[in-house]
Amino acid sequence: MTRLEALQTVYSRLHDRIVVTIMGAVAAELQSIGHRPNFFYLQHAMGLASSMGLGIALSRPDRQVIVLDGDGSVLMNLGGLTTLARYRPKNLVHVVFDNESLLSVGGFPTATSTGSDLAAIAKAAGVPRTTTVRTIEAFREAFDEALAAGELASVVAKVEPVGPSAFVTGLGLLENRFQFQRYLANAVDPDPAR
Amino acid sequence: MGEAAEWFRIRDAADMSPVSTANSRLVYDALKACGVRLLSALPETWLVHLIRLAEEDPDMTLVRLAKEEEGVGISAGAHLAGVKSAMLMQNHGLLASINGIVSCAQLYRIPLLMLISHRGEFGERDPWQTEGGAVTEDILRALRIPSAFLEHPDHVARRIAQAQTLAYASNKPVALLLRRDLMFEES
Repeated sequence: MTRLEALQTVYSRLHDRIVVTIMGAVAAELQSIGHRPNFFYLQHAMGLASSMGLGIALSRPDRQVIVLDGDGSVLMNLGGLTTLARYRPKNLVHVVFDNESLLSVGGFPTATSTGSDLAAIAKAAGVPRTTTVRTIEAFREAFDEALAAGELASVVAKVEPVGPSAFVTGLGLLENRFQFQRYLANAVDPDPAR
Repeated sequence: MGEAAEWFRIRDAADMSPVSTANSRLVYDALKACGVRLLSALPETWLVHLIRLAEEDPDMTLVRLAKEEEGVGISAGAHLAGVKSAMLMQNHGLLASINGIVSCAQLYRIPLLMLISHRGEFGERDPWQTEGGAVTEDILRALRIPSAFLEHPDHVARRIAQAQTLAYASNKPVALLLRRDLMFEES
């Protein structure tokens, strides 16, 4: 499975949910499918996308938050998994695209290429729901189950180490940031009974 | 050790320490008066009362961190979601957070209210704290982060409010350095 295929297969689910991505290929590929005002791309600060997702999830319990992370970024903030697990927001789904490499900076292998298991690490950190998937069908199913589960979930999707040819997009960083903030300010709970 | 057991251990340690309860309360009340509803913290000796106050306050979301840099992301998320926050850390936590401050808070113009215990100043007894104190102010200057001391109870509330005002006006991080004279009661 490629990350782009995985993003395409769940794109319709992102329509009314808060999405925070990491930098590089994830941000560029999601934008290539279609940017929305409820998407925020953290184009640096590797490791902190999950922390931002936690901050949003705790601040807006009425909204579901999806973090689209990567193996290189998660490995830079493994402690953050313990913080996520400690507060285990019910409205947060943590997707980790694991291509076992630092693709955006030359494809050097990360520690997941030599056996480090991010779903097992998340589970041991205390994340209540974790899984690793390797096919599009399994990813779609795991993603939908995580959305419906009502508890903190980590979905590690093993993907091929391929990505876009360029990472800079036409969307300015601050344009994205202020648009996203405005979206959150105006966003009302789509299902107040939840 | 469970959360409750941990809490009692911290409480007992806090009761025996010469960290100022009254001035910690002053700082906490000032943060509340500014509308801060989320505090991220990594415990250190001078911050024990502040963290305890946050934990006992049902209107405050306390996020205990594994490493201080996480707090930058959490505060950024809270800000974009419309919640006022502050970070509590030691100056070594500031050192550990620099990439997050630069490449999240500064790059994305996030107002960040950082309360930093300024260890390693005159009077410091712990040898391991002495290097951090010597570089903290230069680091803040190099990062172009406006900062001020909290050293006397009389100006605590006003300076915290002013720091937050500047953070929001500039959409940038600001720092308040909690000094020994304010936080520590010793003979």
